[in-house]
Amino acid sequence: MPLTNVTGIARSEGDPRVERKGPSSLTGPDRLARALGWFSIGLGIAELVAPGRIARTLGLEGKEGLIRAYGVREIASAVPTLSVDKQVGLASRIGGDALDLGTLALALRSDNPKRDNAAIATALVVGITLLDLFAYFGTKSVHSREPGSGRDYSDRSGLPRGAQASRGLARKDFDIPADYRAEGRVAHAVPERAA
Amino acid sequence: MKALVWHGKEDVRYDTVTDPSIENPRDAIIKVTSCAICGSDLHLFHNLIPAMLPGDILGHESMGEVVEVGSDAKGSLKVGDRVVIPFTIQCGECEQCRKGNFSVCRRTNRKAELADKAFGHHTAGLFGYTHLTGGYPGGQAEYLRVPFADTTHIKVPDGIEDEKLLFLSDILPTGWQAAVQADIQPGDTVAVWGCGPVGQMTIRSAILLGAEQVIAIDHLPERLSMAEAAGAITINFEEESVIARLNELTGGEGPHKCIDAVGAEAHVSMGQPDTILDRAKQMLLAENDRPHVLREMIYACRVAGVISIIGVYTGLVDKVPMGQAMNKGLTFRMAQAHVPRWTDDLLRMIEDGRIDPSFVITHKVDLSAGPEMYRTFRDKSDSCIKVMLRP
Repeated sequence: MPLTNVTGIARSEGDPRVERKGPSSLTGPDRLARALGWFSIGLGIAELVAPGRIARTLGLEGKEGLIRAYGVREIASAVPTLSVDKQVGLASRIGGDALDLGTLALALRSDNPKRDNAAIATALVVGITLLDLFAYFGTKSVHSREPGSGRDYSDRSGLPRGAQASRGLARKDFDIPADYRAEGRVAHAVPERAA
Repeated sequence: MKALVWHGKEDVRYDTVTDPSIENPRDAIIKVTSCAICGSDLHLFHNLIPAMLPGDILGHESMGEVVEVGSDAKGSLKVGDRVVIPFTIQCGECEQCRKGNFSVCRRTNRKAELADKAFGHHTAGLFGYTHLTGGYPGGQAEYLRVPFADTTHIKVPDGIEDEKLLFLSDILPTGWQAAVQADIQPGDTVAVWGCGPVGQMTIRSAILLGAEQVIAIDHLPERLSMAEAAGAITINFEEESVIARLNELTGGEGPHKCIDAVGAEAHVSMGQPDTILDRAKQMLLAENDRPHVLREMIYACRVAGVISIIGVYTGLVDKVPMGQAMNKGLTFRMAQAHVPRWTDDLLRMIEDGRIDPSFVITHKVDLSAGPEMYRTFRDKSDSCIKVMLRP
């Protein structure tokens, strides 16, 4: 059941309900970034909860503490990746990918009996790195504001009589209401007291 | 009908939805002729304001033609009337409405119990906003049901184009109230932080109220150029120190009146290191807003000056220097705009040519381009300042 049907319980009878979904403001790179953010959380939890199993699978016994630290790093990267500042999170993920590849390189040594597993993991991380790079540059391109692109709106005064002639023009038929005065009430009392 | 619908963070879609219908005798339905994306819609777009639900129709700046009127609204509205719809829904009868505090109407928030828990005491119902303000479907749509329609409308004359009238719904009275609640007096120096649409309206309002010197603070060249067009002195905070420049322009005393037209999402940059910490806290849900402007205003403001807050804040803020504020004897005024309190005055000023709010529109597109325009407006690309949508 679509989520919009579930949330319908919070609406009244006459409120419009979604019949058919249309095009979204989310772009492809935005959706990819979001998926990578959730992937980061999943991987991070796995690394925190089962570092021993991961270490044994990859032949990295003794590196459980490092894997757990990487789990923390994954979750820390996921937070900005899932936020509106996704490029910060994606940059952090790309840095993390480099660390992962460096660590997996240790497991690719010839005397590691789990070398094949490490090779598969390395291939997966390379793939994820490519997705991270695609999402990073994709979101940057979709959401960037070109430097020096500001248009000149200096002909848009909104004051048809000109800025200088408009100064105080509202005063001819408008006074700040009494309940909006901030200064007057105090200032009026001062001269009498001073006298 | 077609509408712009919130589906989650950064996910606004151009959906097909069922038509709204009259629910209450005080309701009316309008056919929307023009609507706009507001800066506060971006807080929803970023999911910073809690209690949004997938399927919520966005939009609180709209105008159109009345096509259906409930039995109890017929005394003040008829089919064919041309109306601008204020973003606040007001009953016109409660204690706060009678005082002119329409944005805290006691009766129009249909989810008052929920809002009481969040705010202590609920505020008015708002269109196209969070369920804390009633969860009323918004006006970025082909049709809009207006609850309490007999009191929630501004009748506008034919012969003036939508572009000049649409912003009576929000940003013009909001900018006006920012200036009024600062109690601007002739001779004042007024500093306005933020040159987005509300900041631009605030600058014009300050000029019209007689401010001697208006100083506009932002970092985007197109926004600063639009502020200069109204006679403001500009400060680009990425190129110069705001505090030093304000002191230079005020003989070292600071502005009499400081106005925050930024609110929850202050620009994050290395030049404003507090914003980086705020952003990190926001991501960890340890703080709701980035109150850089509030901190800077309190520091910059002249002693016994006035701080006017019109930029939307959403919840908890950290490291606000209350010691400075208290010892300097500052006065704080803040509120969501009490729209109908100001619209008679503002409509008169539009009609007699004292202000033309259409200056702020930089993008005019079909409603179907809404999702893309949310992105463009948020990214501040293509020099976008204000998007007007035509259903």
